[in-house]
Amino acid sequence: MAEKDVIIGLEVHVQLNKLNSKLFCGCSTDYHDSPPNTHTCPVCLGLPGTLPVVNKRAVEYAIRVALALNCDIQGETLFYRKNYYYPDLPKAFQITQYDFPLGLGGHILIKGEDGEEKTIRITRVHMEEDPGRLVHAGTIDRAKYSMVDYNRCGMPLLEVVTEPDLRSPKEARSFLDKLRNILEYLDVFDGNLEGAMRIDSNISLVGGERAEVKNISSHKGVEKALAYEITRQRSARRRGVAQVQETRHYDELRSITVSIRTKEEAHDYRYFPEPDLVPMRIADWVPRVEAELPELPDAKRERFVAEYGIADDHAKSLTSEIRVANFYEDVAKRAPPRLAAVWIADVLKGELNYRDVTIDKFSPDHMVEILGMLEKRTITEKGAVEVIRIILDTGGDPSEVVEAGGLAKAEDDAVKEAVFAAVAECSQAVADYRSGNEKAINFIVGMVMKKTRGRADPGEANRLVKEALEEI
Amino acid sequence: MITGKDVDHISWLASIKVVEEEKECFVASFNSVLDYFHQLDELDTEDVEPTYRVVDLTNVFREDEVSESLSQEESLRNASRTEKGYFKSPRIV
Repeated sequence: MAEKDVIIGLEVHVQLNKLNSKLFCGCSTDYHDSPPNTHTCPVCLGLPGTLPVVNKRAVEYAIRVALALNCDIQGETLFYRKNYYYPDLPKAFQITQYDFPLGLGGHILIKGEDGEEKTIRITRVHMEEDPGRLVHAGTIDRAKYSMVDYNRCGMPLLEVVTEPDLRSPKEARSFLDKLRNILEYLDVFDGNLEGAMRIDSNISLVGGERAEVKNISSHKGVEKALAYEITRQRSARRRGVAQVQETRHYDELRSITVSIRTKEEAHDYRYFPEPDLVPMRIADWVPRVEAELPELPDAKRERFVAEYGIADDHAKSLTSEIRVANFYEDVAKRAPPRLAAVWIADVLKGELNYRDVTIDKFSPDHMVEILGMLEKRTITEKGAVEVIRIILDTGGDPSEVVEAGGLAKAEDDAVKEAVFAAVAECSQAVADYRSGNEKAINFIVGMVMKKTRGRADPGEANRLVKEALEEI
Repeated sequence: MITGKDVDHISWLASIKVVEEEKECFVASFNSVLDYFHQLDELDTEDVEPTYRVVDLTNVFREDEVSESLSQEESLRNASRTEKGYFKSPRIV
């Protein structure tokens, strides 16, 4: 769906959830399975008289991210107070950044709508504290009151803001996938934790005002939310209703966006520099953090192509997730790298996606073993796929699975026997082949595969059938 | 100059109700505070670099170490209304 008239910019909130403690206090970040309000202290509860102190490693992680997104790191950076009255922040303000944010003016490459690489500009990267979480009995518009859990309050958060460079929901998704991938490479972020990445977006049609869609709670939800919003704006335009600048809330359950009527004053945040925190001079940290940056997805992809001689498409697929890249390198050291690339990128990843599990569910040792069997031709390709499926579904190791499932490649004699039987049974196909229809051979080869229950090598069966047809 | 309208706006932002009789008093108080700060305008700051702070400190940090949190009972102790371990608040949409 090429949508030249769609303009999308994103504000992505990511938790630096690999840190041990919160941004301004020593409360643990490991709250996900805990009862409400058990990871709080006077600082993150905003009790009077308490003072925040910045987590040093949070700043280092933020610099790491800003560098990986090709931002300029500001030598001196400040925290501000953003004042608003809402129960998710007990202080009635959020400590965030405003002027002098940590990183400005970056960019990353994503796969664009047309399949080509496309540059998305990053406006800024800044640090802030996560607000608490509101829980409602029933839906938010019906509940009589809110229940507040401050376990999340004070979690170290980064806000990544893009320029309006995205042209479709698919590109937005592609951007978020790439961002998530980079954050996981940097080892500052675990995207599998609930609420790790939350997205607000600005979206408009060319010539119209923009709507800000808030509350998109996952990188997967973004496509749905934006697609809905585009359709809504288009049909409003067709009916002659002009889009006004407004804030809309994404309702995940109903997959729609709803306008939230906000008073004009609502955006009167009265930002001012946080008097309880001193400025951070971080210019001289940058060379060290930069030197310690791990290899990032695009660089790894280039290295895979050069070092292992694999196709660029495979390299891209293998580096799209750090765990898959590490798995591949482990296997490629012990098995033919090109064969490994094909089997991991084209087969294993597909089987994992189908089951919605991660690559941790499959052992690199097993992959090496399966590739060894393929190389020695003791199993067929079809058999190898079957082995992977069985291991994923019921466990076991490859040799056991091959033995138990009778998946070993049929002996040559058995294949030959099947070939003769198939040729004898398929007289019509034999006649068709003789009269010049070469495709008729496929039917006979299919019969051979059926007779050997898929344990023959299709290429070999094809060759044997041809030989048999010529002999007769 | 602060007017009654400003007081309305500020009280709305702060979520504090100000009744009509109090308004005049707030107008006067706010203006006297501002007047007091306006004394600063008399200073000559021609050759002074702008600053955001009064103390000359930078880079105060803590290490990424976990310290003990409050128990749920302690966290909720000052709350006027709670439910199932949560703070209870009016619903604000």
